[in-house]
Amino acid sequence: MHQTFDAALEINLLHANQDGADHNRAHFEEWGIVCVNLMSSPGAGKTQLLERTLQALNPECKMAVIEGDMTTELDAERLRQYGVPVIAINTGRACHLDSKMVAGGIHSLSHEHDPASLDLVWVENVGNLVCPAEFEVGEHAKVALLSVTEGEDKPLKYPIMFREADCLIITKTDLTPYLEIDLERIKANVRQVNPQVPIFAVSTKTLEGFEGWLQWVRQLIVQKGVCV
Amino acid sequence: MHETDMTRALILTLQDWWESQPEPPTISKVHLTVGNFTCVEPASLQFAFTVQTQNTFLAGAELVIRETPLIAFCHPCQKEYKPDIGVQYACPDCQSPMEDIRSGRELKINRLEYALLGQPQIQETL
Repeated sequence: MHQTFDAALEINLLHANQDGADHNRAHFEEWGIVCVNLMSSPGAGKTQLLERTLQALNPECKMAVIEGDMTTELDAERLRQYGVPVIAINTGRACHLDSKMVAGGIHSLSHEHDPASLDLVWVENVGNLVCPAEFEVGEHAKVALLSVTEGEDKPLKYPIMFREADCLIITKTDLTPYLEIDLERIKANVRQVNPQVPIFAVSTKTLEGFEGWLQWVRQLIVQKGVCV
Repeated sequence: MHETDMTRALILTLQDWWESQPEPPTISKVHLTVGNFTCVEPASLQFAFTVQTQNTFLAGAELVIRETPLIAFCHPCQKEYKPDIGVQYACPDCQSPMEDIRSGRELKINRLEYALLGQPQIQETL
């Protein structure tokens, strides 16, 4: 037998990821960039929200996208038509982006473009309501999306994502007439776990409610003191 | 199974510690605290850890997981309560939303037990 030693670590299990996230954030801040992490289940409308947002805020705000996708570049190609730099990160079988993958994205971004000219970097996470909530990537704000077709109970079933969100977008509200869904019920369920979170009910088709979301983004940028 | 990625994150964190040691220790036990209000399922974590540590510096190490319940604190009632995960998080008495979490969000590596194979000392502690 050998002597057994005891090392008290008392550190977070995700310490290595957290270190990487802090490192990424330091890069963003050095360049005067605000980073927003977009998260939702697959098909909630992250890419569509981004398309409309890029359209609305470009060129008022200089943006780039770091796009996480399990196998394809489809989403990245959709976003490139809006004239902003899009870095695709192929996550392979990983079900979320971690800080190391995003560091790779930042590296590409800083080589292919001038990062100091940017105001805002969107990180579109892999569609998943579970893991992305626990893995920080260096963002200044987490935005969670929930489409009306997913049901009212999702905030109760996947509470961590909704607890961690700094902003919640309820998407596809143009579909509500066809569904038995109560928007107020969704909001109440979100508020159970995150009472103060700003909630925007948005249709990217009719653009109803969209201005409120854009105002939130503008305010975030002003708060961080980088763009006009 | 997202515990695969959680385990990889755990291994990376442990590797940082392991590489910082003057001589490579043999880790026998890893003590974790995993809260019930996290995205981690302890049984899946155990399984993933066993599989993913094969042929690594952690091969054969045992994962000891202490689970902590979700406990929230209701300010209007000035008392703690246990939310019913998946069903209701608001205070059962006054329906105030869950603001403060006192327990359940832990994802922590508390301590490691390890041996230094260079050491001839025979002693069983812990």
